[in-house]
Amino acid sequence: MLKVENVTKVYKVGTFGGRTLTAVDAVSFEVRAGEVVSLIGESGSGKSTIGKMILGLIPMTGGSITVDGVPVKPGKEYYRTVQGVFQDPFSCYNPVFKADRVFQMIKDSYYPSVPGREWTERVHAAIEDVRLNPREVLGKFPHQLSGGQLQRLLIARALLLDLKLLIADEITSMLDASTRIDVLNLLAELKGRGLSVLYVTHDLSLGHYLAERTVVLRDGAVVEMGPTHQVFDNPLHPYTRQLLSSVPRLHAPWEDAAPVETCPYHERGATGGLAEAEPGHFVACARLDECRGEPT
Amino acid sequence: MTATTALPTEERVVRREALHFAVRNPKLVIGFSIVLVLALVALFGPVIWSVAAPNEYVALPMLPPSSEHWFGTTMQGQDVFTQFVYGLRTTFLAGAIGGGIAAVIAMVVGFTAGYRGGMVDEVLSMLTNIVLVIPTLAVLLIINAYLGIRSVGMQALLIGLTSWPWAARAIRAQTFSLRSRDFVDLARLSGVGTPRIIAREIAPNMSSYLFMTFILLFGSSVLIAASLDFIGLGPTEGVSLGLMLQNATQWSALQLGLWWWFVPPGAAITAVVGALYVANVGLDEVFNPKLRET
Amino acid sequence: MSLRVSDLRVHYRTLRGDVKALDGVSFTMDDGEILGLAGESGCGKTTLGKSLIRMDGRMRHVGGTVELDGRELPIGDDRAMNAFRFHEISLIPQYSMSAMNPTRRIGKMVGELLRSRGVPLDRKELESRIGLVGLPREVLDRYPIELSGGQKQRMVMVISTLLDPALLIADEVTSALDVSTQKAVARALLGFRDGGYVKSMLFITHDLALTSHIADTIMVMYAGKLAEKAPAEKLIKAPRHPYTRLLINSLPEIGVRHADRKLTGIPGSPPSLLDPPSGCRFRDRCPLAGDECAEEPPVTEIEPNHFAACWKV
Repeated sequence: MLKVENVTKVYKVGTFGGRTLTAVDAVSFEVRAGEVVSLIGESGSGKSTIGKMILGLIPMTGGSITVDGVPVKPGKEYYRTVQGVFQDPFSCYNPVFKADRVFQMIKDSYYPSVPGREWTERVHAAIEDVRLNPREVLGKFPHQLSGGQLQRLLIARALLLDLKLLIADEITSMLDASTRIDVLNLLAELKGRGLSVLYVTHDLSLGHYLAERTVVLRDGAVVEMGPTHQVFDNPLHPYTRQLLSSVPRLHAPWEDAAPVETCPYHERGATGGLAEAEPGHFVACARLDECRGEPT
Repeated sequence: MTATTALPTEERVVRREALHFAVRNPKLVIGFSIVLVLALVALFGPVIWSVAAPNEYVALPMLPPSSEHWFGTTMQGQDVFTQFVYGLRTTFLAGAIGGGIAAVIAMVVGFTAGYRGGMVDEVLSMLTNIVLVIPTLAVLLIINAYLGIRSVGMQALLIGLTSWPWAARAIRAQTFSLRSRDFVDLARLSGVGTPRIIAREIAPNMSSYLFMTFILLFGSSVLIAASLDFIGLGPTEGVSLGLMLQNATQWSALQLGLWWWFVPPGAAITAVVGALYVANVGLDEVFNPKLRET
Repeated sequence: MSLRVSDLRVHYRTLRGDVKALDGVSFTMDDGEILGLAGESGCGKTTLGKSLIRMDGRMRHVGGTVELDGRELPIGDDRAMNAFRFHEISLIPQYSMSAMNPTRRIGKMVGELLRSRGVPLDRKELESRIGLVGLPREVLDRYPIELSGGQKQRMVMVISTLLDPALLIADEVTSALDVSTQKAVARALLGFRDGGYVKSMLFITHDLALTSHIADTIMVMYAGKLAEKAPAEKLIKAPRHPYTRLLINSLPEIGVRHADRKLTGIPGSPPSLLDPPSGCRFRDRCPLAGDECAEEPPVTEIEPNHFAACWKV
């Protein structure tokens, strides 16, 4: 479905673009049809950059991204099947206009010939699909709706198209705990329709809740990826271990993992390419056999 | 969390509150009232009060203000009040055309540079900076001196063509910050083209800003036109407040004590430009909640 | 008893009327206590934190008192509060990135700040505290921009506690940080309390899990009122207020997966505080709500040190 291969993004920084900054470094992963994959990373890990490159909102420097074999081509046809929902629901709506304008924009671009009444029915159906009451949310300005409602409307907007892949970039991080979980459940239900979801997040517990497979990023490169339960139950890379131990848990005290820097090969940058530790579970470690299973 | 979500809400409330604060802002109300009164005089004055063409001989020369000739007469026996209302009209015309042209250029350049970024931005910014550092008045002097017959429209056009750079820079900066907002990305994901995104998504968000820019451009056009007229490079036909001032100086009105000849046009130019700037400060207070006095 | 807040009411003035952001909140804090203040956006937790140190222009002190070590704080009087700020009560702001002057080296800035408060700079003490939060002492010779987000947050922490305040207010200090930095900052806060640099601390956050790791007591607020207050472990393990229970149940934890156990949120949204409904404010969203909830439930001590405002506990 979605194939990301050796994708690299290099920014030119400094005066006259003299220096370069590698935001994403040869990242490869795959999202299969009907699957939720979470892309986990801290700030500066390049996770949002990857999401934006898949959406064609920023150009990539190298590598290739294909959806069902077709390379990313920003434009009407591409966005018919690939859509995104972003972090800040308030910033996704033009504050000057009513919130339901996002639906009108879809109609203007994709379904100009659909008669008004039929379109209204479709919009109502999509809004009900995301567990909202059309009468409560239509005809209102963004500031009259809650963050959770706005975020769900954006998912409804994507559902109006022939959606195959949804890039959900930190879509719950601005929501309150009591509404956040409903949006997550909604994403989980989308895969029942055969949709693929790439869930970009910094929150490990949310990623764990939702995704079949997990990709952990650090400084623009994949450090570990595999089926979620393998990555979380048997983390192999010291960075993954450190991340996992830092997550505050309700019913358990903080554990202490050895910091990444204590890995004997860390200093020498000997992380190497991805090695397959168990079927489908990859880790970026050149000395996997030496470290394997041992707490570093 | 609380603070981050509260911020955009505040921004939106501003819009609906703008009118509320607008009618309660003395600077805005006073500034706009003055401009409005003068604009009405310019618009209807020539129709209502004019007795003859502005440059025609109507009475004895050098008459002081009287009930017949409200602002007295000039050295040539022309009615100063008639000249004043016609001149005011020219002045507003120069402001509107000059300011309008400058605003359009500034918007095209600013929006394109800010939205496109990259190479386009570099080139347009360089162009903007070049025009910005050209000594505008000197160029206008040369061009005006070169043109034999000069009309009000030509003068306004030249002013418009040279006074846009600062506004373009300001609009570029604003566009730049709006472009990174998610709703722009969402519009792109909806298959909307660039010109429509600029016109329908970005511009409405800075309407207050664009309005203020136009007001400032209007004011500066009035001022530049008056300066050109005063040094004798104004329109070769017709009347303007600047030309009145120039004539008054040429005929030594100050030394002869003909104050009614130069005080009205001078005061009117000051009033228009001053009132516009005061109104602009008022508008700023209305649109910017931080400046509001509560 | 270090802090005693009684029936505190603070309103926000808006064009459409007063928003009753804090509507009669009472609680106490002991010496050495870290009180975690949790709740969703708009519940009044930030307003409470601000009221204790500095009200902004739109806030109005409507009623109630705040006593710190037996002295009443003039919280409605911006000028009079100046004597207490920094010395007695201090604040770690949410956005420490913008809290430091970017054009000054940090050491110089700290010196100037202390001088403006009439206190000499004890360089040795400063360096030892910088060590305590895990920063090298060379940070004093750097500019704020050279520090990472977490380092800045910790530096601001050191600065705001230099005068050993009786009460430290930490408002969402970790919410902009990555998880690993979050842990370091949270631990540094604990270290400050254990080292006796601050007597007590109000830790405001929306993250219940994080609060449970550093707070002794957790207070949950809902729509401008206190919902439940209990020792941290008790509140997490045996919450009594239906809101707290639903809130805790909606938190995904590592180990919980959608496929195995589907969590649910709380339907509905909090009431508008412009014109709050009478009775219990959680009534509309509460699965237990009954007729008695039309009357406002008082905050009662159901067990020693365990307070809840609900008829059904």
